[in-house]
Amino acid sequence: MSMAATGQDFGERELADVTEAGPPPKRVVVGYGFWIFLLSDIVMFSALFAAYAVLAKATAGGPTGAQLFDQQNVALETAFLLLSSYSCGLMSMAINSRSYFGAYLGAAVTFLLGAAFLFLELREFHSMIAIGAAPQRSAFLSAFFTLVGCHGLHVTIGLIWLALMMAQLAMRGFRPVVERRLLCFALFWHALDIIWVTIFTVVYLMGVLR
Amino acid sequence: MTEAHLGPPREWSESSATEHAGSSALLVYTIGLLVAAVLTGTSFWVANTSALWALGVPAGLVVLAIAQMGVHLVFFLHITTGPESTNNVLALAFGMVIVFLVLGGSLVIMANLNGNMAGHGELMNLPM
Repeated sequence: MSMAATGQDFGERELADVTEAGPPPKRVVVGYGFWIFLLSDIVMFSALFAAYAVLAKATAGGPTGAQLFDQQNVALETAFLLLSSYSCGLMSMAINSRSYFGAYLGAAVTFLLGAAFLFLELREFHSMIAIGAAPQRSAFLSAFFTLVGCHGLHVTIGLIWLALMMAQLAMRGFRPVVERRLLCFALFWHALDIIWVTIFTVVYLMGVLR
Repeated sequence: MTEAHLGPPREWSESSATEHAGSSALLVYTIGLLVAAVLTGTSFWVANTSALWALGVPAGLVVLAIAQMGVHLVFFLHITTGPESTNNVLALAFGMVIVFLVLGGSLVIMANLNGNMAGHGELMNLPM
């Protein structure tokens, strides 16, 4: 670090490439590592998507997607998740400027919107199972519940994680380690929204095309 | 941004995507939200309207979804072309290759099997 600084002082800055600037700060390294994890998660989802795409028409005489999916419900779920992604971004901004009030407010809004999304999804699952469209009914429904349920599980884990992070923030304050974990949470939450974009397009919208 | 958090090397901190001034960060998130909302609304309209050529609708939906994923990556996840996210972009490219192989490979192979098995029942429409 001191060598790089000295180099700059002597006007040799054009020589200082990334390696001469010293190792990247831990925040960058942690973000990169978590990004790798998120990509592996996305690869896992791609396998579930492939299974769903192959089995989407294998209804075995049971109900089809066009009969089961309620577009209004999906639009509401999409709006909740998109807005929670936005409020998560505002929370990251508040964390960067060390504002406890902003961080708690952003986290609370994110949590409530995520919980509302989860409530709508569970209500949809419940109403489907109630009319006999359970995972064991057909290959299509198995693939549907696996794919959408896996995303819902991720949202549930995200909500638990967010609650734990708020407890850590309350107890330990804006320490670097807490901030890095919050950064990872924000990446996780935004990535979930990306996966939901694919789900509502492939499953819900393409599923009801005539 | 306080001194303690900036970390030693100026090169890293100055160009970091998460450290820009508050107002411009708000602008980035807000633009992302608005564009994503417009793309989502367009997707739902495209899927429900009868004004468009029906065979082109799935392709249109795929394009809208990919566009929205790009918007999320740039405006929410801050995957940019800046020097500090070169590694992230490379990892993303590799991940996309794997995703493409898994998805495209599965669909091509299963559709091919389906075509060759005509008359013997359809693998993509398996009865349970």
